[in-house]
Amino acid sequence: MATAGTVDHVDAEPEEAQRLATEARDRVRFEEDALALSDQVYRVARHFASSREEAEELMQETYARAFRSWRSFTPGTNLRAWLLRILTNLNIDRGRRQQRAPQMQPLEANDYYLYDRLSADGDGVSDDERVVERLSQDDIVTALSAVPHDFRDVLVLVDLGDFSYADAAQILDIPVGTVMSRLHRGRRVLKRELAESALEEAT
Amino acid sequence: MNDPCAHCEEMMQPYLDHILTEQERTEAEAHLDECELCRKRYKFEESLRVYVRTATATQMRPELQQKLSALRIPLE
Repeated sequence: MATAGTVDHVDAEPEEAQRLATEARDRVRFEEDALALSDQVYRVARHFASSREEAEELMQETYARAFRSWRSFTPGTNLRAWLLRILTNLNIDRGRRQQRAPQMQPLEANDYYLYDRLSADGDGVSDDERVVERLSQDDIVTALSAVPHDFRDVLVLVDLGDFSYADAAQILDIPVGTVMSRLHRGRRVLKRELAESALEEAT
Repeated sequence: MNDPCAHCEEMMQPYLDHILTEQERTEAEAHLDECELCRKRYKFEESLRVYVRTATATQMRPELQQKLSALRIPLE
């Protein structure tokens, strides 16, 4: 028995070494995959946060945590959504955002409102392809930041980040129905903000 | 449903998100076929979505990229 035990022990060592080597390879690969997505994650983070500094801080906290807890990621599932779930939790943990139903009721415009305003304010040259260009890039960025967080998070994930409703629901830990209604309303709030800034410029 | 344009307005977001039922989509398209103004408004909404995406595109500073890479756990 003792001899057999010794043999087992000798055999176990290369197995353990093999396991460690495989794990190291998986980890390196995970880190590389996660880093390759950082531009896309940042794109969302930047509009979740209120400033570039805050977004950069969040990104670093997110990646530090992701690298530490890489084992809890299931290979083959959506890594970008997994990273954003971490980012969202960190954002909430840090008290930057409370997870709650929106308290204030933002003012929405009907869906046609913005187009109708912009085309009415036109200079008579009704080049419809160009109506949208009456809005400046700054108008868009400012209007988006004025959308309340709960609506904006969904808007940013779906319309800017190309996440599905289901992914957005999982990332924000809210039901899919809530994602849909917040998205719908968030877009209307955004358009109302845009209409306001366009009107201000016109006067 | 007295005002077909108001109904079409309600259909716009789900239409562009491709989540209408077959029947709702046919309904919306029937109105769009005959109403130039609604067609223009839909088209505007489509270009607005693209424009919002382009206008908000933002890139990480290279310094941040480096900081993120530095967070990797070194191999033992």
